[in-house]
Amino acid sequence: MSLVKTQSIAEIKARNKELIDEVLLIYPEKTAKRRAKHLNVHEAGKSDCGVKSNLKSIPGVMTIRGCAYAGSKGVVWGPVKDMIHISHGPVGCGQYSWASRRSYYIGTTGVDTFVTMQFTSDFQENDIVFGGDKKLSKVMDEIEVLFPLNRGITVQSECPIGLIGDDIEAVSKAKSKQYEGKTIVPVRCEGFRGVSQSLGHHIANDAIRDWILDKVPADVAPKFEPSPYDVAIIGDYNIGGDAWSSRILLEEMGLRVIAQWSGDGTLAEMEATPKAKLNVLHCYRSMNYISRHMEEKYGIPWVEYNFFGPSKIAESLRKIASFFDDKIKEGAERVIAQYQPLMDAVIAKYRPRLEGKTVMLFVGGLRPRHVIGAYEDLGMEVVGTGYEFGHNDDYQRTAQHDVKDGTLIYDDVTGYEFEKFVETMQPDLVGSGIKEKYVFQKMGVPFRQMHSWDYSGPYHGYDGFAIFARDMDMAINAPVWKMAKVPWKLEPAPVLMAAE
Amino acid sequence: MTQNAEHVLDHFDLFRGPEYQQMLANKKKMFENPHDPAEVERVREWTKTPEYREKNFAREALTVNPAKACQPLGAVFAAVGFEGTIPFVHGSQGCVAYYRSHFSRHFKEPSSCVSSSMTEDAAVFGGLNNMIDGLANTYSMYKPKMIAVSTTCMAEVIGDDLNAFIKTAKEKGSVPAEYDVPFAHTPAFVGSHITGYDNVMKGIVEHFWDGKAGTAPKLERRPNGKINFIGGFDGYTVGNLREIKRLFGLMDVEYTILGDNSDVWDTPTDGEFRMYDGGTTLEEAADAVHAKATISMQEYCSEKTLPLIAAHGQEVLAFNHPVGVAATDKFLMEVSRITGKAIPESIARERGRFVDAIADSSAHIHGKKFAIYGDPDLCLGLAGFLLELGAEPTHVLATNGSKNWVNKVQALFDSSPFGKDCHVYGGKDLWHMRSLLFTDPVDFLIGNTYGKYLERDTGTPLIRIGFPIFDRHHHHRYPVWGYQGGMNVLVTILDKIFDEIDKSTIGTATTDFSFDIIR
Repeated sequence: MSLVKTQSIAEIKARNKELIDEVLLIYPEKTAKRRAKHLNVHEAGKSDCGVKSNLKSIPGVMTIRGCAYAGSKGVVWGPVKDMIHISHGPVGCGQYSWASRRSYYIGTTGVDTFVTMQFTSDFQENDIVFGGDKKLSKVMDEIEVLFPLNRGITVQSECPIGLIGDDIEAVSKAKSKQYEGKTIVPVRCEGFRGVSQSLGHHIANDAIRDWILDKVPADVAPKFEPSPYDVAIIGDYNIGGDAWSSRILLEEMGLRVIAQWSGDGTLAEMEATPKAKLNVLHCYRSMNYISRHMEEKYGIPWVEYNFFGPSKIAESLRKIASFFDDKIKEGAERVIAQYQPLMDAVIAKYRPRLEGKTVMLFVGGLRPRHVIGAYEDLGMEVVGTGYEFGHNDDYQRTAQHDVKDGTLIYDDVTGYEFEKFVETMQPDLVGSGIKEKYVFQKMGVPFRQMHSWDYSGPYHGYDGFAIFARDMDMAINAPVWKMAKVPWKLEPAPVLMAAE
Repeated sequence: MTQNAEHVLDHFDLFRGPEYQQMLANKKKMFENPHDPAEVERVREWTKTPEYREKNFAREALTVNPAKACQPLGAVFAAVGFEGTIPFVHGSQGCVAYYRSHFSRHFKEPSSCVSSSMTEDAAVFGGLNNMIDGLANTYSMYKPKMIAVSTTCMAEVIGDDLNAFIKTAKEKGSVPAEYDVPFAHTPAFVGSHITGYDNVMKGIVEHFWDGKAGTAPKLERRPNGKINFIGGFDGYTVGNLREIKRLFGLMDVEYTILGDNSDVWDTPTDGEFRMYDGGTTLEEAADAVHAKATISMQEYCSEKTLPLIAAHGQEVLAFNHPVGVAATDKFLMEVSRITGKAIPESIARERGRFVDAIADSSAHIHGKKFAIYGDPDLCLGLAGFLLELGAEPTHVLATNGSKNWVNKVQALFDSSPFGKDCHVYGGKDLWHMRSLLFTDPVDFLIGNTYGKYLERDTGTPLIRIGFPIFDRHHHHRYPVWGYQGGMNVLVTILDKIFDEIDKSTIGTATTDFSFDIIR
């Protein structure tokens, strides 16, 4: 049982504040001052969570963050399935991000689709010394010979590219010309740029704008007859099939999804998106930029939605429908009603097993706030949350819509802080990433990876919620957690311990 | 609606339902601008041809699906093998997130490592301040006994000088002056992860033996009877190092394992997170200078470390990831020769049982063709074992295999009648392997998890031996070294062979005659 439940809000707030003060003691003075700004206890009614965000991580503290390359290649571009994404630079970046994100797609890999492949220019010392542009040209030539059905190429820059003065834009333009206007996109997502994955998302969005959308002639006829109900799914990476279990709901309510960005996406879908009547945006953090751009340039409105858990799904379906006529509004109601029995059955089965359980989250993108409603649908309570690479607008949304009074907020949490928070708060479940998973499981705390869905999913949509509920139950109520303590060793009270 | 609360459908089944299948077919037809299926099929068939293979092997610039990682990964692997040591990687922070994830996916364990989080300003002005602040923070927060510094390509491209930076950081009080901060430059654009392992191992040995970067007197070697043991970058490090300790224990050998990461990557779930566990103590690392010899299990993981050690007067000896009877014989006999300790009867019995197992089963392996890829030493070890089983290692490929390695593999082929139709490929990748498997097919493929894509494309059954293994659990806990390790490899290979025989004979009223109950 969690300690949290037995306390009043005032006690919780006092305990959380004390906890923050306590973790800051470990740091050298300068670092403590900087970290203090990223930690807070949420006060209901405030417009944000009261933390600084999107600032540089502090050296040596074990940040959980990644880099701009991860944000561009790993998140935004990597899932575009009919293009070849070159990890341009040394071999490692492409190797570690090879097929690990679980962006599902369908296609003949290696022939007309390429997502789970690792294309790299594998820089050697000579390429650093003499520059890599010639090699890049040759890489593109070889791609054209060996993978003739690719629809385009992107150049995902690794750290050295920006440091050695390579001109990947010139190479891309020249090769595009040579290959009859082929789409070739240089992306300046070197890992040292910015403070996290976040700038990589932005750079990737800008590259789509400049090298794809802007290149589509305004007068070109779309490959399909436009309809008044055309929408594009923006910011869904189809982790474990998330975009599919979302798409099906939009279609069932009468909309037509003309593009998926970028999970199971294609170049043609991106190019067609300016024809959409509405962009529906799931991951605000990684794709708000392109949504705003399409609003400004093409007048396409965009709306944020949340497809985690039945409460938020129903709210979102109605919000999306409000942009359309009665046919779609009725469609939304019909879909909500159609899935109600399934949702009732899922909640009847799992809520009694999960009621009152507490959760601590630390994830990226939208999840630190978006999944809260799904937990609440199961009677669970999120007692701590934070963003790996959120900005202030993420914390505003979190404060205004999602977190409860007294929730512990931790931005860009360090390994040490996260362990101490969990050790003290003793949640029933931690949801974070692969680097955190085993730390907490060793401590005897149930854990789910909330980036990759721990190799499960989808978690989006009604179909996904059934899996989500089952997985949370499986994690928390697995018999293994009762076995962690050695029975013949005396123990006064169960206490979770972090590393000293 | 296919989803069901009583029997929740996972992605495996959910998307095979008719609603989703129709939705996806429609998406493709309407919006994806797909190629004509006949054209896709034509190109797919073309990629299987000798003509395609020729074009594929003519590649000079493009690498597709390489079987190697970068130096810093190996740097972290070596560093966590020392007691209470945290690897500190100087450069961009995203790299460290990648190494930690990579190891955690393989070992299913936490992997602690910090970064100096260099960004644009550090790219312009250098990363000295990142080093100063980073060392101070790591030292206060994680209370390591040692901080082992290595680099990412960013720090290397801008030319940061680790020796000078660490000195300055100590002067500024980041860590005490006498505190151990060994370092190694590990540029990602030179060599591979095995090079990074070598560089860090050399850096740590040099630190302790040669005066800690000018801050302490060099150690004077007073030879004793001990031996040092270096495992190299090894996905089976947990099982292998424990097996080596057991064997040395049976032989009564006094030894020091340099870089013993077998505990930190195999900690218990008992309510406590151990950021550090086990490892070579710093005292042992220093005392290792007095040993009479150093043995490396992987030649290509210690190309720089062994010469440094030899220069201190020790005998040095390198193996190539020994697997099987003859390779293990040679390893143990060399240990016996160096230490003067006899190989006990109990180990001879283990050997006998292993030979017995081979005798029982070799009929099922004899004459079978295998393709192998992986790190250079592992390839040599596995190829040697297959040859002694009477199998043919038809294709042996290492993306990080050098010219010298190619010659060594060829010499191995030449030493056995079963090697006469075998070929070695250095510097090639798994897309090359794909062409080889189509144009010159084999019965089985041995490699890491990424081999599953080759299995899917070419139908060659994959036997998972190597690093990383992400999609099968716990095999790193079992050794592949020693006679018992060889037994594990033998059983792994046999299990796949028998599974494949059963799969191919499971037809009712078609192949049922060969669906034998006894094999």
